[in-house]
Amino acid sequence: MNKNTVTLAASMLAAGLAFSGTVLAQDYPTKPITVVVPFSAGGPTDTVARLIAEVMSQDLGQQVVVQNVGGAGGTLGAGQVATAQADGYTLLLHHIGMSTAPTLYRSLPYDPTVDFAPIGLITSVPMTLVAKKDFEPTTLAELMDYIKANGENVTYAHAGIGSASQLCGMLLMDALDTQMTTVPYQGAGPAMTDIIGGQIDMICDQSTNTTSQIQAGEVKAYAVTTAARLGNLPDLPTTAEGGLDLQIGVWHGLYAPAGTDAAIITKLEAALQKALTDETVISRFAELGTVPVTAAEATPAALTELLTSQIALWKGVIEAAGVYAD
Amino acid sequence: MDMIASLSLGFSVALDPMNILYCFIGVLLGTLVGVLPGIGPTATIAMLLPITFSLSPAGALIMLAGIYYGAQYGGSTTAILINLPGESSSAVTAIDGYEMAKKGRAGPALATAALGSFFAGTVGTLLLAFFAPPLARAALNFGAPEYFALIVLGLLMSIALAHGSILKALGMIVLGLLLGMVGQDIYTGQPRFTMGVRELYSGLNFVSVAVGVFGVAEILRNLENEKGRDVMVKAVKNLWLTKDDFKRIIAPVLRGTALGSVLGILPGGGHILASFASYSAEKRLSKHPEEFGHGAIEGVAGPESANNAAAQTSFIPLMTLGIPAHPVMALMVGAFILQGITPGPNVINDQPALFWGIIASMWIGNVMLVLLNLPLIGLWVKLLSIPYRALFPAIVLFACIGCYSINQNIYDVYAIAFFGVLGYVLMRFGCEPAPLLLGFVLGPLLEEHLRRAMIISRGDATVFITRPISATLLGLAVLAVVIAVLPSIRRKRKEVFVEDD
Repeated sequence: MNKNTVTLAASMLAAGLAFSGTVLAQDYPTKPITVVVPFSAGGPTDTVARLIAEVMSQDLGQQVVVQNVGGAGGTLGAGQVATAQADGYTLLLHHIGMSTAPTLYRSLPYDPTVDFAPIGLITSVPMTLVAKKDFEPTTLAELMDYIKANGENVTYAHAGIGSASQLCGMLLMDALDTQMTTVPYQGAGPAMTDIIGGQIDMICDQSTNTTSQIQAGEVKAYAVTTAARLGNLPDLPTTAEGGLDLQIGVWHGLYAPAGTDAAIITKLEAALQKALTDETVISRFAELGTVPVTAAEATPAALTELLTSQIALWKGVIEAAGVYAD
Repeated sequence: MDMIASLSLGFSVALDPMNILYCFIGVLLGTLVGVLPGIGPTATIAMLLPITFSLSPAGALIMLAGIYYGAQYGGSTTAILINLPGESSSAVTAIDGYEMAKKGRAGPALATAALGSFFAGTVGTLLLAFFAPPLARAALNFGAPEYFALIVLGLLMSIALAHGSILKALGMIVLGLLLGMVGQDIYTGQPRFTMGVRELYSGLNFVSVAVGVFGVAEILRNLENEKGRDVMVKAVKNLWLTKDDFKRIIAPVLRGTALGSVLGILPGGGHILASFASYSAEKRLSKHPEEFGHGAIEGVAGPESANNAAAQTSFIPLMTLGIPAHPVMALMVGAFILQGITPGPNVINDQPALFWGIIASMWIGNVMLVLLNLPLIGLWVKLLSIPYRALFPAIVLFACIGCYSINQNIYDVYAIAFFGVLGYVLMRFGCEPAPLLLGFVLGPLLEEHLRRAMIISRGDATVFITRPISATLLGLAVLAVVIAVLPSIRRKRKEVFVEDD
């Protein structure tokens, strides 16, 4: 093959790609869409993804497949989507970790604000402050005094570097201006086991993991970290009610790689908004102790804004705590 | 509700024709993925999660549970036939199971595995039915110091895994421990031995390492000498156990079941120890320890029973407290939640039909497995007559696909190649792969619990001897070492651990 034929072939290929690109935007989707979840199957984020994917499949007329690419605190999966083809067939469903990774990982191979096209927010899962059954304090006020008085003698469990429970712990210590002894676990399951078994004092974890244990009286609950009380735990006060300046929700967002056709983003945004009003999604979310965001929040603009502000917020908190993951 | 009423409720759910069908699909799929190297129950359950959406909660969970314990049956098949364990538990089965196969006794080895597994599965299910809540409570007394002590005891006991030089076995355990360090330190987040490769942050994949050091290394060794290849079983003598075999496996099966049941309940990694512990126990208790590593049927019967008992009882923390004991159980939690049921202490009261239905289905599933697996033995053994040049490339290919499918991580495939070569080199130096794998799976647990115990005790190392359970376990570990170094016993030991190269 001489040089001219190569050039010709290349330009024909390029023309073909450009052509198929326009077709794609109009007819999208014409093949199954992969949603990468950067955590292992069965976890809370994976559950959110599977519930949404199921409903979005029906709306888009193509299978939405969840693919778990776990590892390195969610940065492996996110990195994969950052460099994936921006054709709308590879998406990322990530949680609050999207905003902490740029600070936790000093050598992150992608930039969350540059390499992704946000589609919309999905939900913000509340967190709860819980402790072992026989832990001395009984109210949030008592808990705050106890932690201040006992400092490093209080053991605080968290689900590993960059996990929501670790982030909540940082905020708690920040708010109380004290240090506890933090004990990392390999995920929320083992951490909860040791709370129930009384091996460790307390944890702040997603309601997904704590609600059934709270209801069964296996752990002592102090507060929920959202502005309003939870539907399935109506007696549990909010942190604000108890006078604790700590608000955190594990927000989940849907992203496409940067450069994805705007028409495709709009289509996905509409499908997401529709999925969030689905009966099954709402009732399953309720069992997880959370609610879908409003249609106004399930937009690229709302997700972009939250992502940017959260990156700034966590930069301060994490740098103050001096915790890094690499 | 009393036990009879509960169980009859359970059986009424489990014997529903649709649920029987799901149970059968589950155990059949489990057996198949257990047999296929690389594709384990974790990957299979993860792939099938979306399908379970459309099933009833009982049907979905019965099927997923069936995949898990079905895979425990199937996993021993490739370990015995071609020295390719797909899970840490079957790595132990490979030691003597493969030796039996090489001697033409693949049939009895597979039958032993199936019968032992059935017995253990039945006992495990009964324990789950009758004593689940109190057992789960008791297991919660195990904190970090207790797990640390348990793993130390396990590591010291399992030097018995080696049938060659003890020094080399120790070396392999240490190498395994080091390999287990690869990845992100869970306490500080620091990457260790990752050489800047982000794909290694989660550590090396167990299946890749196992397929490499066992399977690929064995293939390389067989390529050495075209004529002297002993991988193809000479003549398959018989498929069934002799009367003598039956006599020899009864005690190991009982002991393995007891050991596995106890270890399986511990959510912090007890199930991993089950088969290793059973093997060590059998070797120590045997009147013919020299047979171990050369095709002792007890070395298959004990670990296989222990493994299945543990697989069954590892459902106890999940079903009664909502605590997942290992990754497969974490997936089951996801399946519960997708079905709109949050696993936790209330499931047993709020969803009695589901709870007892799953338990009853486990016994039915175990019956199906033994009925399914015994006739399959003939078929599996026939697999060995497939020409080597066709069978082994296919197996390596399956293993690569399987490993890749779990995390879509290409380094898991590179690891197979790397550990294949490493395993071959080690084999040439007379080092055995089983202790290496033991160190590899227990190393991270050992470190995790040691450091956690020290953090919680705020640096006070006496915590290991002031807590009664941990002190007892460490005492047993010391005893194991003392016995090993006592001169009189050492002489006897010399006869046992002859350098065989």
